[in-house]
Amino acid sequence: MDNDRIDQIIDKHQGEASSLIQVLLEIQSENHWLPKEALERVSEKLKVPLTRVQHIATFYKAFSLVPKGRHEIHICVGTACHVRGATRVLDTVQDLTGIKPGETDLDLKFSLQTVNCLGCCALGPVMEVDGKTHGKMAPSKTAEVLKNYE
Amino acid sequence: MSRINSPAELEEFRKGILSKRDPNKPCITLCSGSACHATGSKEVAASIEEEIKKQGLSAEVDFRKTGCHGFCERGPIIVIHPEEICYFQIEPKDVPEIFSQTIKEKKVIERLLYTDPSTNEKIIHESEIPFYKYQERLVFGSNGNIDPKSIDDYLAIGGYSALAKTLSGMTSEQVLEEVKKANLRGRGGGGFPAGSKWEGSRNAPGEIKYVIVNADEGDPGAYMDRSLLEGNPHSVLEGLIIGAYAIGSHEGYIYVRQEYPLAVENVHIAIKKAEEYGFLGKNILGSGFDFTVKVHQGAGAFVCGESTALMTALEGRAGEPRPKYIRSNIVGLWGRPSVLNNVETWANVPLIINKGADWFTQFGTESSKGTKIFSLVGKITNTGLVEVPMGMTLRDIIFKIGGGIPGGKRFKAVQTGGPSGGCIPEELLDLPVGFDELTRAGSMMGSGGMIVMDEDTCMVDVARYFLDFLTDESCGKCVPCREGMRQMLKILTNITRGKGKEGDIKLLEELSETAREAALCALGKSSPNPFLSTLKYFRDEYEAHVKEKKCPALSCKELIAYHIDPKKCQACMTCLKKCPAEAIVGGKNRIHVIVQEKCTKCGTCFEVCPPRFRSVMKISGEPVPPPIPEEARTIVRESKQK
Repeated sequence: MDNDRIDQIIDKHQGEASSLIQVLLEIQSENHWLPKEALERVSEKLKVPLTRVQHIATFYKAFSLVPKGRHEIHICVGTACHVRGATRVLDTVQDLTGIKPGETDLDLKFSLQTVNCLGCCALGPVMEVDGKTHGKMAPSKTAEVLKNYE
Repeated sequence: MSRINSPAELEEFRKGILSKRDPNKPCITLCSGSACHATGSKEVAASIEEEIKKQGLSAEVDFRKTGCHGFCERGPIIVIHPEEICYFQIEPKDVPEIFSQTIKEKKVIERLLYTDPSTNEKIIHESEIPFYKYQERLVFGSNGNIDPKSIDDYLAIGGYSALAKTLSGMTSEQVLEEVKKANLRGRGGGGFPAGSKWEGSRNAPGEIKYVIVNADEGDPGAYMDRSLLEGNPHSVLEGLIIGAYAIGSHEGYIYVRQEYPLAVENVHIAIKKAEEYGFLGKNILGSGFDFTVKVHQGAGAFVCGESTALMTALEGRAGEPRPKYIRSNIVGLWGRPSVLNNVETWANVPLIINKGADWFTQFGTESSKGTKIFSLVGKITNTGLVEVPMGMTLRDIIFKIGGGIPGGKRFKAVQTGGPSGGCIPEELLDLPVGFDELTRAGSMMGSGGMIVMDEDTCMVDVARYFLDFLTDESCGKCVPCREGMRQMLKILTNITRGKGKEGDIKLLEELSETAREAALCALGKSSPNPFLSTLKYFRDEYEAHVKEKKCPALSCKELIAYHIDPKKCQACMTCLKKCPAEAIVGGKNRIHVIVQEKCTKCGTCFEVCPPRFRSVMKISGEPVPPPIPEEARTIVRESKQK
């Protein structure tokens, strides 16, 4: 992501320091992660110390300071999914991908994350890959779903 | 669109909208909330649009993509007006038939109707289905009738009339008095009376005051605020403007999670439309009252649902709570008086203004008035959002509306109040729901999550689950929460793994007491609730884990083993083929055996074993029987013998 695009986003929020979180969210959603250079640019333009930008970027869950894989797997571990066996689904996905929640594999194929409720509890346990919801998951069904992603 | 400049102009405009709408014209509404999107409502919408185009029906049939209807278990849902025929679990392939049969021939398609499981009768109308029949959908009811992206739809059902009434004929004191008289209590968790909160801000010194919508709904298993904001954003906005008028605020914020993209989108559209129509901005409806609203997206932190943390986040900083020596309605956002209410609370305000406090207080119990939307999820037949009058019993909600527990299992407990709430056991099922009633039972109302658990749910694991969640979400500012919870989680995890020690339960109780007394904010103070309430009602389960290393619910992975009963196994090969760990040996006509060393305890064999055999069993607290000797594994079938 180049500095011009970052400047555009900052200008959209009138360059106000209080819009720091909104600016970072927009960069994250376009770029899928926050490179160090981007944080420095934001700090400089919004006149917010880099330490505070770092604080925000590590405090909130939406931000990632490392690149993400081509496909993002979200496993819902909300209470409704939990009581319906989400942990066993998560265990199987970990075995299949070889990564733990919060990690990305070395080929940058998958990033795995647990989320706390996707709000489609009727379908629990739920697994979401690249925004597509796969409902009523069971450990035996996960391999079937994941093999569709390259 | 030119601005509407007075209440009279608004009524004139509303008449104009209604005169263009023919109540007898067929109208198809399709649930397009996030939950139905997950079950494919976008695809259904596309095929309805295509069918309308193909048949050239755009003048004869209206199609409306509405918000959540609540009955998520059976989504996507279609309702055909004016007959109000209700179809469930619609797929794109059903659409042509709906047009040819129901729209053109006015015939009902039996197979798409709801079947009452107890009588096996087909039910045509929404209002006759048990799930809806026992509800009182004051706040949530309009969701299924309007397109949330259309302000005209909201105006057609009387929208913004409460705002017009407020601005044309009521003083701000009168508005405040009405809300106080209605005894509207905060729907977000605390249950604090909204009127008192407003009054505090109103009387606080300072020119600039803020009103804020808390849409940082973070309780896992709860999604009613999202559905309300997605499905009827104008009702929340209207309540907010009325509240601002009552306390003398001219600036408002809507704090909504970025994880709710559809809610963010619909709120943005609603604000833009309200500005165009003149319900926001300068001189609203010619009254001289000015008010603007901004949207702030939350970046994912559960603690930001707490009032002071949310305000800190709005200021662009890390959302850590502040001590509340002075409440935030006096010193809040940027040190100024700020009223923060939850989505559902704001949405109740227009109803109270329009129909009066006396109407509102006829619903509910002595201390909890009105209705409450619950997110009824977990081990329940009818998963969905339900709005019931306060005072309805848990039993009625779970069994009459929710249809009970699926699969013939036994009810064990219901968890209310999110991670800060507690579990309520079977013997208290006749408890009426209300703020104080639930607190007395050791749980709380919270924002309205209601997670039903059956006999297969381990209560120690549930307590561990919530502590795991809270430890992860603790902001780390105060020690009792940051360190105390971590220790509690460690002990509970050990117990669920069979490493519990004598004295662990007592230590957990001590840590709980410290967190309750000394934590900074509500997150920490209430964090022991899931543990304390499960201990209160299910102490025997804790003791079984610690003393006998046994999980009575057969759920904790480290404490159970899977075993195939050789007397029941019919060597059907199903589990053998499905086992992801290849831990099952056997073959055709050879009784299957689980190799315990290889088994990962994923439970697949248990799930896939055909119900007529039911040969896979879970064992806990006792040794696994030795595998049946090789020579005894061949099954000799009687028919073959002959």
